[in-house]
Amino acid sequence: MHITADRERCVGAGQCVLAAPAVFDQDDDGLVAPLTLDPGSGEQEAVRQAVNVCPSAAIWIDKE
Amino acid sequence: MTEMLETDLPSFPMARECPMHPPAEYREIRKQEPVSRVRMPDGQIAWLVTGHELSRQLLADPRVSSDRLHPNFPLALTTEQRKAFQDNNRLNFRRSMIGLDAPQHGVHRKMLISEFSVRRIASMRPRIQEIVDQSIDDLLAAEQPADLVEHISLAVPSLVICELLGVPYEQRHGFHEWTRKLISRTTSGVERREAAEALNDFLDDLVTRKEQGEPTDDVIGRLIARNRETPVMTHEEIVGTAILLLIAGHETTANMISLGTVALLENPEQKAQIVADSSLLPSAIEEMLRYFTIVESATARVATADIELGGVTIRKDEGVIVSGLAADWDETVFEHPDQLDFTRGARHHVAFGYGVHQCLGQNLARLELEIVFETLFRRVPTLALAVPAADLPYKDDAGIYGIYRVPVHF
Ligand code: SF4
Repeated sequence: MHITADRERCVGAGQCVLAAPAVFDQDDDGLVAPLTLDPGSGEQEAVRQAVNVCPSAAIWIDKE
Repeated sequence: MTEMLETDLPSFPMARECPMHPPAEYREIRKQEPVSRVRMPDGQIAWLVTGHELSRQLLADPRVSSDRLHPNFPLALTTEQRKAFQDNNRLNFRRSMIGLDAPQHGVHRKMLISEFSVRRIASMRPRIQEIVDQSIDDLLAAEQPADLVEHISLAVPSLVICELLGVPYEQRHGFHEWTRKLISRTTSGVERREAAEALNDFLDDLVTRKEQGEPTDDVIGRLIARNRETPVMTHEEIVGTAILLLIAGHETTANMISLGTVALLENPEQKAQIVADSSLLPSAIEEMLRYFTIVESATARVATADIELGGVTIRKDEGVIVSGLAADWDETVFEHPDQLDFTRGARHHVAFGYGVHQCLGQNLARLELEIVFETLFRRVPTLALAVPAADLPYKDDAGIYGIYRVPVHF
């Protein structure tokens, strides 16, 4: 799985961090800062949930 | 869609089925016409969106505006109240994020998001725990029956937001009262204007002092400092932002604490679950947020172009109310929505809204709720309502749902 995070669209709600803390973090500006762009198989369900709850479509899966 | 005579349209807001359940009509409307038309108190016609996916679709659509000054913006107000709201620039949120559209909205929001990141909020845990412990001491020292709202529901988030923003807590009685008047649908235009002006003067004074003196180490102080480096907000906009953060920071969380506590006292099995295993709390809180979805008015919008949604066309300049409460009880997304199920994984609820305006303070709210529920039921296992839950004074007249007083004994 490969993901993209668009900091321009991020509104800093932190929903991704709550859903998949091993994959997403927020930097000092409060914007999304992925810890990895290639989440391992154990994380994929959480990543899907993060994508589902992100309010501004700032993160997405570009390769399964 | 069946054409109805305009006079036959259902009115909005609709009455709740019971204090804990959304209006019964929502279920039918959502099934028949998930984007339907309603009549507002001032006679205007607006769209009402009741389906979950459609709600998220519309709130994420860039072709909707949050401009509360638009003549068709759906406000659950009478003509007189609406006029007072729209004519008074201290009252209509024009100067804070909630009433702004892109690109200004994003510019304002970016000035604040670092203050509310998950990590920043998590670092407040020890202090919030202290505040909750103190408040429970106060409750236990009070004469019984004691009011949970006064000692816990309002006290905790008020003190937390005051410390965070750098607002003197001794002044809380003023801003509690002004907020109550601003949120109630029964206050007249004149009363609203007075309350808005008082709240505005209070925060204008505070912001002015912070602007003139040494920058203070709190959210308002840091916002002022940041704005000095990169000026994007006027003084009035900083005051507007302070008002928004102060209201949103105490009123919403207070109502969730009251409703959540009553729901847990009324559902001893669920209460026992979280007392036995506090790791269940985060998902229990998502479920309570979904179940109550207390804010229905902040998610109103006006279309800035024709928008196709759920088989209808919302025309440019038409008002739309996206009912998060109806969406969060959409049975195609949340099975048996009337059951409080702490294991359902309700994180995709829209209680905090959706799209670019989604609540900035949501993680602070989550943390406060978690600490309150964990500590309250552990320290006061005998907590019980002093009157039947059905007889509590629910805020049926307010734009943010909740309970005015919750007498308890222990
Ligand atoms: S959930 Fe979306 S908007 Fe919120 S911090 Fe993550 S990427 Fe940004």
